[in-house]
Amino acid sequence: MPQGRRDFLEQAGRWLFLTSAAQAALEFVVAGNASAAPNYNMHTHWWAMTIDITKCIGCGNCVRACAEENGVPKGFFRTWIERYDVPGWEMDRPDVDAPNGGMDGFPDKPAKGKSFFVPKLCNHCAHSPCVQVCPVGATFETPDGLVIVDEQYCLGCRYCVQACPYGCRYINPKTNTVDKCTLCYHRISKGLTTACCEACPTGCRQLADLKNPKDPVHDFLRTNSIQVLKPQMATGSKVYYRGLDGSVR
Amino acid sequence: MQAAHGVEGFLYPNEVELQWSILIVLYPYITGLVAGAFILASLERVFKVEAVKPTYRLALLTALAFLLVAPLPLQLHLGHPERSLEMYLTPHRSSAMAMFGFVYLWYLMVVLLLEIWLDYRKDIVQLSKTTRGPVGWIYKALTLGSSNVSEGALRADDRIGYIVTVIGIPSAFLLHGYVGFIFGSIKANPWWSTPLMPIVFLFSAMVSGIAAVMILYMVSTWMRKKPLDTRCVDTIAKYLFYAFVIDFSLEMLDLIHRIYEADESFHTLDFMVQTRLYMSQVVLQIMLGTVAPLAVLAATQLWTFTEAVRQRLYFASGVLTLIGIFAMRWNVVIGGQLFSKSFLGYTSYKMEFAHREGLLAAIALMILPFLLLWGLVKLLPPWPENEAKA
Amino acid sequence: MRITFRDAAHLIRLVVVVLIAIAAFAGLRSLMVPETFGQYGHYRGAALEENRQRAVSFAGRQACAECHDAVVEAKKPGKHANVGCEACHGPQAKHAEDPSLKPVKPDSATLCARCHEKNSAKPRGFPQVAAKEHNAGMACADCHQPHQPKI
Repeated sequence: MPQGRRDFLEQAGRWLFLTSAAQAALEFVVAGNASAAPNYNMHTHWWAMTIDITKCIGCGNCVRACAEENGVPKGFFRTWIERYDVPGWEMDRPDVDAPNGGMDGFPDKPAKGKSFFVPKLCNHCAHSPCVQVCPVGATFETPDGLVIVDEQYCLGCRYCVQACPYGCRYINPKTNTVDKCTLCYHRISKGLTTACCEACPTGCRQLADLKNPKDPVHDFLRTNSIQVLKPQMATGSKVYYRGLDGSVR
Repeated sequence: MQAAHGVEGFLYPNEVELQWSILIVLYPYITGLVAGAFILASLERVFKVEAVKPTYRLALLTALAFLLVAPLPLQLHLGHPERSLEMYLTPHRSSAMAMFGFVYLWYLMVVLLLEIWLDYRKDIVQLSKTTRGPVGWIYKALTLGSSNVSEGALRADDRIGYIVTVIGIPSAFLLHGYVGFIFGSIKANPWWSTPLMPIVFLFSAMVSGIAAVMILYMVSTWMRKKPLDTRCVDTIAKYLFYAFVIDFSLEMLDLIHRIYEADESFHTLDFMVQTRLYMSQVVLQIMLGTVAPLAVLAATQLWTFTEAVRQRLYFASGVLTLIGIFAMRWNVVIGGQLFSKSFLGYTSYKMEFAHREGLLAAIALMILPFLLLWGLVKLLPPWPENEAKA
Repeated sequence: MRITFRDAAHLIRLVVVVLIAIAAFAGLRSLMVPETFGQYGHYRGAALEENRQRAVSFAGRQACAECHDAVVEAKKPGKHANVGCEACHGPQAKHAEDPSLKPVKPDSATLCARCHEKNSAKPRGFPQVAAKEHNAGMACADCHQPHQPKI
């Protein structure tokens, strides 16, 4: 990294409202030197995400950003958007579509009833059914609350794909191993936010660190009516929705 | 993501592709045959049902042949077969699949191989003395260098063999009940998730294994142009009938319970059974594969037929049973993947032909145990007349 | 009749064979299990670091602001103040690393429509237009400044 640029960065860091960890990590990020953002301590974080349904406009930015950031193969999704259309009182019969995972947005169509978008991604469950069934320890819950796949160790038995109630896992045809959202572990451990949050124009999605007492997530959870997907599955989901309709599966 | 997938309604976007193919249908089918065959063998040994003695050794060899093939469909299906040893190196204790590896190993090594070895030791020692060439070396290796077949040694074998069989019965239950647990413990999938699954699997395993050994015994006897021991097949058919009644009751209990409870998934599953699974579930599994053979077997229990007619009826009901149980495995494994976990849509399974997980591979895997059995029968003849001589 | 030691010799041999097999497995296991397995839990600890080390494609808005602080200032009073730069300009980590790599200017007609094209499922309060009626054939940027989208 050129010396002049480093000086500039140090200066810039002062007026940027960055956490100290992020400041230290920023150099490495910008330099493209991914090796070890130095100050990352797994034990001081507990990652989660909040999604405000009332803010989602179904633009598909998150889906595209995720694919670009993580090289998600075509036809598979680490995150996607569903469009719900709930006709009147028949809550158990919503009309749902997600053309190409919402990656190209949603062509308008007249709503039969209440219509809204639901962004989805891995819920990084604290009691993950997928982790429970992995026969070899190739997918696991990290000390900082993420569910990650070790692609060097995964057998490709697909048991975890069957066990996930939310359809968040797929087989990556390039590696023949299971693949899924990592909550952009390579970004959040460097003080950045996830690619989907970075690209979301309305702030509908927010990365949250539940162990950080200053994180706005605590206010968000306290002051809103919050729901997780399929609460009856008791998976300890850590993606918290505001304004989630009861018809959402 | 093409229309060719036969998608209907809404699926989560990652759900379009089916994860478990026909090979995973074979796996519970084959392990079921193993467990059932072993339980038939143990009838003679532990429960002293003398009538089925002619099938004792054949049942053990059948169990072994199928057990050796059982891991192959799994292996072929893995994305990284070269990593499969990890199941034994770093087994994850909370994973039903990982623990199954050990149940399998226990059953293969401690139960089946040991029981066969103890039962055949006298023959092995004898054959090692009379056989030359590579086959002779196999026998020599199998004697472990001890040719002691004195009365005391045989008595020791018999006593330990008995203990092994006694341990073997719960092990066989465990083996196949456990396969049921692999499916039954997936709470995300309402088609699988029921505590009845292990026990339904177990009884269907007994049914299929008993039917398979009965048919193998009949066919091998006809091929060797020997007289069929009718008392033996009568007894087997009787046990087949009993096991089938329990199996059918359990499956109907599961069905009635689902219909009556009609929980959030019911509408979706009901529609699936009446459309995409109609042929394999209602026609093949229930009508042709369960009700028909049960009716035939019930008829043989109620009325008296001539020997020749009885044999034909048994044979027919055995074949129907094997088809029905295969359909049952298909409906569990494939059926459990045809509907979306959103309960809002369906996909369909397009079986490939000449593919690693296609029909051709499945057929080859179903032929393989018979080739193995043929080899085992040559190596360790199970026929009653040889035994009598020895 | 008691079973003598002599008569159980073949069984003892079998036990020895089994013990050798178990020992071989134990040996194999110690050789083959990855070094960091079990470091934090039942998985390969090194997998965490490997995952963290991946390169990023989106530099993040802070990185953009280091050089383009004027744009950030200009955006502040407008409705797009909180829209990240890369939400419209796409992933720019390469550009942040080497500013001589110039990003392609996004095409406003398709870009604006992604968010502002009318859709019955969008929240009511969100500004949306049917582009065909609203600005047939015109570029959005002819009237609206994307960094300060008031007319």
